[in-house]
Amino acid sequence: MLGKLSLSAIPIHVPILVGTFAGVAVVGLAVLGLITYFGKWGYLWKEWFTSVDHKRLAVMYIVLALVALFRGFADAIMMRSQQALAFNGSPGYLPPEHYDQIFSAHGTIMIFFLAMAFMTGLFNFIVPLQIGARDVAFPFLNNLSFWMTAVGFILVNVSLFIGEFSQCGWLAYPPLSEKQFSPGVGVDYYILALQIAGVGTLLTGVNFFVTIVKMRAPGMSWMRLPVFTWTAFCSSILIMVSFPVLTVALALLGLDRYLGMHFFTNDGGGNQMLYLNLIWAWGHPEVYILILPAFGVFSEVVPAFSGKPLFGYATMVYATCSIMILSFLVWVHHFFTMGAGPDVNAFFGIATMVISIPTGVKLFNWMFTMYKGRVQFHACMYWAVGFMVVFTIGGMTGVMLAIPGADFVLHNSLFLIAHFHNVIIGGVYFGYICGMNFWFPKVMGFKLNESWGIAAFWFWFFGFFFAFTPLYVVGFMGMTRRLNHYDNPNWYPWILVAMFGAVLVLLGIVCQLTQLYVSIRDRNLPENRDLTGDLWNGRTLEWSTSSPPPVYNFAIVPHVHELDAYMHDKEHGINTRGAGEGVQYAPIHMPRNTAAGLSAGIFAFVLGFAAIWYIWWLAVIGLVGIIATVIIRSADKDIDYYIPAEEVARTEQEYSRQLMAQAAE
Amino acid sequence: MKNKLLARMARLGGLSSALLLAGCDAGVFDPKGPVGEEIKSLIVTSSIAMLIVVVPTILLSVLFAWHYRQSNTSAEYLPKWCHSNKIEVVIWGIPVLIIIFLATITYKTCHSLDPYRPLEAQATTKPVEVEVVALDWKWLFIYPEEGIATVNQLAMPVNTPVHFVITSDSVMNSFFIPRLGSMIYAMAGMQTQLHLMASEPGQYQGLSANFSGEGFSDMKFVALAMNAEEYRDWVEKVKASSDQLNKETYEQLLKPSVKNPYAFYAHVEPDMFDSIVGKYNNGMVMHKKVAPDGRMESAMSGMNMKEQD
Repeated sequence: MLGKLSLSAIPIHVPILVGTFAGVAVVGLAVLGLITYFGKWGYLWKEWFTSVDHKRLAVMYIVLALVALFRGFADAIMMRSQQALAFNGSPGYLPPEHYDQIFSAHGTIMIFFLAMAFMTGLFNFIVPLQIGARDVAFPFLNNLSFWMTAVGFILVNVSLFIGEFSQCGWLAYPPLSEKQFSPGVGVDYYILALQIAGVGTLLTGVNFFVTIVKMRAPGMSWMRLPVFTWTAFCSSILIMVSFPVLTVALALLGLDRYLGMHFFTNDGGGNQMLYLNLIWAWGHPEVYILILPAFGVFSEVVPAFSGKPLFGYATMVYATCSIMILSFLVWVHHFFTMGAGPDVNAFFGIATMVISIPTGVKLFNWMFTMYKGRVQFHACMYWAVGFMVVFTIGGMTGVMLAIPGADFVLHNSLFLIAHFHNVIIGGVYFGYICGMNFWFPKVMGFKLNESWGIAAFWFWFFGFFFAFTPLYVVGFMGMTRRLNHYDNPNWYPWILVAMFGAVLVLLGIVCQLTQLYVSIRDRNLPENRDLTGDLWNGRTLEWSTSSPPPVYNFAIVPHVHELDAYMHDKEHGINTRGAGEGVQYAPIHMPRNTAAGLSAGIFAFVLGFAAIWYIWWLAVIGLVGIIATVIIRSADKDIDYYIPAEEVARTEQEYSRQLMAQAAE
Repeated sequence: MKNKLLARMARLGGLSSALLLAGCDAGVFDPKGPVGEEIKSLIVTSSIAMLIVVVPTILLSVLFAWHYRQSNTSAEYLPKWCHSNKIEVVIWGIPVLIIIFLATITYKTCHSLDPYRPLEAQATTKPVEVEVVALDWKWLFIYPEEGIATVNQLAMPVNTPVHFVITSDSVMNSFFIPRLGSMIYAMAGMQTQLHLMASEPGQYQGLSANFSGEGFSDMKFVALAMNAEEYRDWVEKVKASSDQLNKETYEQLLKPSVKNPYAFYAHVEPDMFDSIVGKYNNGMVMHKKVAPDGRMESAMSGMNMKEQD
């Protein structure tokens, strides 16, 4: 009746997990209690859970990403402290079967649920506003994508308390991840969580691709597209091309595990290298999916705070597109040590290095944007300049790893770990946090506290160097990744320094939380409000709306005359909003909220959980539920509504009054 | 207050330089063989080439940000300037030149460091043949020419090339002796090859560089590089052991275990390695031999399939 599920699946003998569960339960109950006490369930349901508004979904994605950050970081600091303790005969406090789950979950969560969710959050908020659209092309799919992603994350976390998570690393290489070597439910949690979240990501890719192709404001030709939108466009293409490969790879692994097939097994004609090729044919484009939007953020932030247009816009676009294409030609550099011939290795090594050319050009472009500018040291610029420093080093170590000869001794070492944290923290994370500081006032209508933002930057910046420079060093000393304990006395002091770095990063996260808390607490102070909608003298269309923007974004769809459309309009005295006396507004056609996304998400959770535990009757219920949701939703004709022209006029006039009052001050 | 801070920073600086020194006596920067030497010089050369552009980039990005800060009104401000063909040529040109240089050494070293390529010393010295099997969680070394085998202890004469043929009878691992040079994957049903040589006697740590499950952290072995007489003595010592590696003892060995003590087998069944590879391929084993001129025979021309019984 319950498949493999029994009471023994609850890890009551692991004190860390029991403690975590108690903590999560207490906090969870407190949150639920508070929502009930303040009677906010209806509000959450109406305004958030069922919302198809891209701006609301953006906020939910970023909240999800921040929760994932805490979980992923908790894993990180446990790994660091385990290695700081488990030296010279001491087993540390995490036995291998627990430690192996932690590093597997850390990678999975950080990539799929922190980075991807944060990125999707930024896409959602910025892209429609930047191209002058009222929503994305498929608002319902957008809501569905969010719930699929959220369900994937919930499944990963359920594995903490019911059963176990994968112990095979974040990419679950076979044959270790095959049933023969990993008979437990851990790998099944991994496969199903990623398959469900993967559906969400793929739909996001399709959604933004179509949005950018079809919904640009009149006059916005491709070479007038803001750079952030360009990067979102390239990432969406990469998602559409590469995520199906991930889906197939995991599905084949699932067939091996569930139906005893032999795609990647040792015997029966299986081949593990087939999986490695497939997973990296997704995995390498994936890192560019993440980094390109971060480049996009810097391309918006650096000009805004340098008081100048971006240097070399066209170069930036070509560089982005060439990175997009090249990212598909390099996957073999993840396994130079499989024994391929020298020409194969040379091809993929050199192809990898070639990517550093357009990437380097981008760095120079941001530098020359600051050149002969007036650089304001807003918190955003700390993250941007910090990125240029940290990322350049990461790029260099990346090229070192791209040389097969060097990779023969650095592969799978902590040098590799240091490298990809160098580019993912210094590039992706710095970029997204920079973007969050930049666009937060647009989203919420009030500023993020700057001093706490700058403090967070410094802790992250130094924390990064203290945590990862030692890993470069021990990597050279032959320390491999994923070690639970070791006895080499030369490594030990470096591991302690890395532990100290992790503590600095923890303080950075505390500063970020404080920044959020202080900003929300002081949101009504006059100096913190964003009444003009254009705090940074922005260049692109999102700054022409109020903060937060009205649900329809643009009462009158703007006309784009030039690159940096809003700046052009400001300089030429054009009223981008088209507001003024006697303007006739038309009713605005908008999508209606729907519970279908949440419903499909809940059934997907049921399906995933049931499949993990072999509870087949329940899996059938989940599957039927998803299909029924889709059918009911498809038959639903009441999916849209019109905002009456009078209401649009009222909203717009109020914003005009607010702007006038602001100008008078 | 400030002095205290300075003193503390000085102490920190002293600590880190001490750490740096401690770091120098091990790892890939202190190689003990020709392969490791070549890789080390490759890493150093490529790093220097990249630092030529990396250091100025970092310095300039901080310098530009600082010099053109808002409060520095004496700095020139060109609010419309956003294009310059000259700068574009330079910023594309410099990375292209460096990548051309790196691509050249990459191509060369891909060939010279190809793990399948016999070492130069092989022209004059007959290599020692070692068959390596990765197990859960220990390493089995078979010396087919001597008919002996060991667990977790690998011995080799110095200044003699060693030709490893590597497989796994479990999950994927990676065979790696950091101070001798390259690593390569060990995969069930497949054979990879590696050529290494130790140029100095000593004990070098060997390990698995690919995560292989619960016992992974203890999947280590010791590589003993010794002079010729010592090596002969070592072989004799193994031959004097009372243990033999046959189907039954191998079945015992195959069971997962951690921190396996060294084991020595005086005799190995001759087709042991082939049968380990062949059991995943319906008994088929492809024999890849190195041609006398040092060139790998292609898989097809060298196809030498034989049925295991």
